[in-house]
Amino acid sequence: MDAATLDVPRVPLWRCHLLEARNEFLRLLRAPSFALPTLLFPPMFYLLFAVLFERRGGFEANLYLLATYGVFGVMSPGLFGFGVTVALDRERGWLALKRALPMPPGAYLASKLAMAMLFATIIFAILAVLAMVLGGVRLPAGAWLSLYATELFGVLPFCALGLWLGTVASGQAAPAIANLLYLPMSFLSGLWMPLTVLPAFVAKIAPLWPAWHLGRLALAAVGQAPGEALLPHVAALAAFGLAFVALARRRLARG
Amino acid sequence: MQQAESGAAVEWRGVRKRYGGTVALDGIDLEVRRGELLALLGPNGAGKSTAIAIALGLLPADAGEARLCGRPPAELDARRACGVMLQSAGLPDSLKVRELLELTCSYYAAPRTIAGCAGLAGLDGLLDRRYGRLSGGEQRRVQFALAICGNPRLLFLDEPTTGLDLDARGLLWRAIRAMVEAGCAVVMTTHYLEEAEALADRVAVLARGRIVACGSVQQVRARVSQRRIRCVSVLDAARVGAWPEVRSVCRDGDRIEIVTDQAEVVVRQLLFEDSGLSQLEVQRAGLADAFVEITREAA
Repeated sequence: MDAATLDVPRVPLWRCHLLEARNEFLRLLRAPSFALPTLLFPPMFYLLFAVLFERRGGFEANLYLLATYGVFGVMSPGLFGFGVTVALDRERGWLALKRALPMPPGAYLASKLAMAMLFATIIFAILAVLAMVLGGVRLPAGAWLSLYATELFGVLPFCALGLWLGTVASGQAAPAIANLLYLPMSFLSGLWMPLTVLPAFVAKIAPLWPAWHLGRLALAAVGQAPGEALLPHVAALAAFGLAFVALARRRLARG
Repeated sequence: MQQAESGAAVEWRGVRKRYGGTVALDGIDLEVRRGELLALLGPNGAGKSTAIAIALGLLPADAGEARLCGRPPAELDARRACGVMLQSAGLPDSLKVRELLELTCSYYAAPRTIAGCAGLAGLDGLLDRRYGRLSGGEQRRVQFALAICGNPRLLFLDEPTTGLDLDARGLLWRAIRAMVEAGCAVVMTTHYLEEAEALADRVAVLARGRIVACGSVQQVRARVSQRRIRCVSVLDAARVGAWPEVRSVCRDGDRIEIVTDQAEVVVRQLLFEDSGLSQLEVQRAGLADAFVEITREAA
C-alpha cells in the first residue's frame, strides 16, 4: 500500500475511553497523597463531629454534616485529581505526547471527569453507610437519590476549577494552591459548621464561594434548608464552572 | 481524496515559525518517503523539535504547512498512521508498563500485541513494573514501545537513544532498521552523529531554522573536503600551522594532529621535514566533522 493512502481505520472509541478512565483511576488510587485524604477525611470528620460530638452545636449534626461533608468530599477529586494531574501532565510532557498520539479528542478530560465522579461516588457511599449505621440517619430513598445527584452535579464546577488550576500552576505548586482554595473555602462556606455560629460577615460573603451554593443544594436535598430556592444556586454553580472552563481553554490554546 | 499528490509520508512545505522575536524555522521544505529514515541534525535550538512539533500538529505553523500522508496533522486519521517518541515525556509514575501500552495500543486500528511491543523494545519482564520505578534507560525503552505499538507507517523519534547504554541502543537500532525495512518512514533527531551514520538513508542539517545541508550521509560528508592527519613527530606545531594548506594543528604529547583540505601535499611536506616521523594516519572527515563545518559556515 502506498504511504499516501490512508484507509480510514476503525478504532473502537469506547475502548480508548474505558482504558483512559481506568488508567486515570488507577493512577490516583496508587497516589497515597491523593487517595488517602480524599477518601478518608470526609468520613473521619463525620465520625468525629457528627457521631462522637453529636448535637453539640444545637443543630442536627448527623444530617447537616452528612450533606456538607459530602460536599467537602466531592470537591477534592476535582481540585486535586484534575488540578494536580493536569499540572503534572503539562509540566512533564505527557499531555504533549498524548496530543501528538491519535488519542480521541476529549478522551483526556472525559477520563479525568469519570475518575472524579467515581471518587465522588465512593465518598458518598462511605458517608451514607456511616450516617445510617452510626449517625442514626433515616432518609426516604428520594432524599438519598437527590443528595447523590446533587453531589455528582457538584463535581463539575470543581473539576473546572481544578482544570484551570492545572493549566496555570506548576506540578510542585498545584497541590499547595489546591489546598489553599479547598480548606478556607470549605470553612467559609459552612461545610464544617453552620454559618450561624460564625461571625456575620462570613455569611455575607458566602455567596462568592461555589462550595456554599453546593452546600445549600445538598442541605435542601436532606431537608435541612426548608424553603430554599434551588435555581439560583444551580445557576451560580453552572456559571462558575463555565467561566473556569473558558479560562482553562484560553490558557491551553496559548500552549 | 485519500491520495496525496506527492506520496510522501511526511512533508514540510515552506514552514515558518517564530516565537516572539526568535525565528525557530525560517522556511523548511522537506519530505520523507516510505522505507526511508531521515536524520534531522543540528545544534541545540536549531529548530529540530519545532519541526517535529509542527508535523504532529502540536504547534501551528506561522506560514507553510506540514502534512502526514497527505493530510493535515490535526486529523485523527492522519495521526493514526504515526508513532511518536518525544524528547521529554514524563509518563505517569504510578502506572504499570502494561497499562500504558494497553492504552496507547487502543488509539490505533491494528496495533501490535503487548508481548510484541515488549519484545521489540526490550521490555520483557518489565511489563508489570510501575513506570516510576524503572531506570532512565528502561523508561526510554517504554517510550519507544509506545511509539511503535500502533504499527505505524511513519515514526517520529526525537533523541530516541539519549540515556541508553550500548546494549539498549543496539536493540533500538535493530528495531528501527526492521521497521524501515518493513516500509516505515522514520524521522529521527539525534545528537549522536554515529547514530545518524549507522541508520540514516538521508541526513538534513538544520541551523538557525534553515536546512543548510541535505542528502545521503555520503553526500553530506563529501561537502567537507577536509581530512585529519595524525602522527608522532618532533616538528614544531606552530611551524606546521603556518603552512598554507593547514587549517589547524594541535599537539598532544609526542603526537600532532593536523586538519587540512590537501592531505597529500601536507603528508609529503611532513615526511620531507621529519625523517623520524612515525605512526602516520590519514582519516577522511566523518559526519561529525562535516556537521561542525557545515553548521559553522551557516552561523
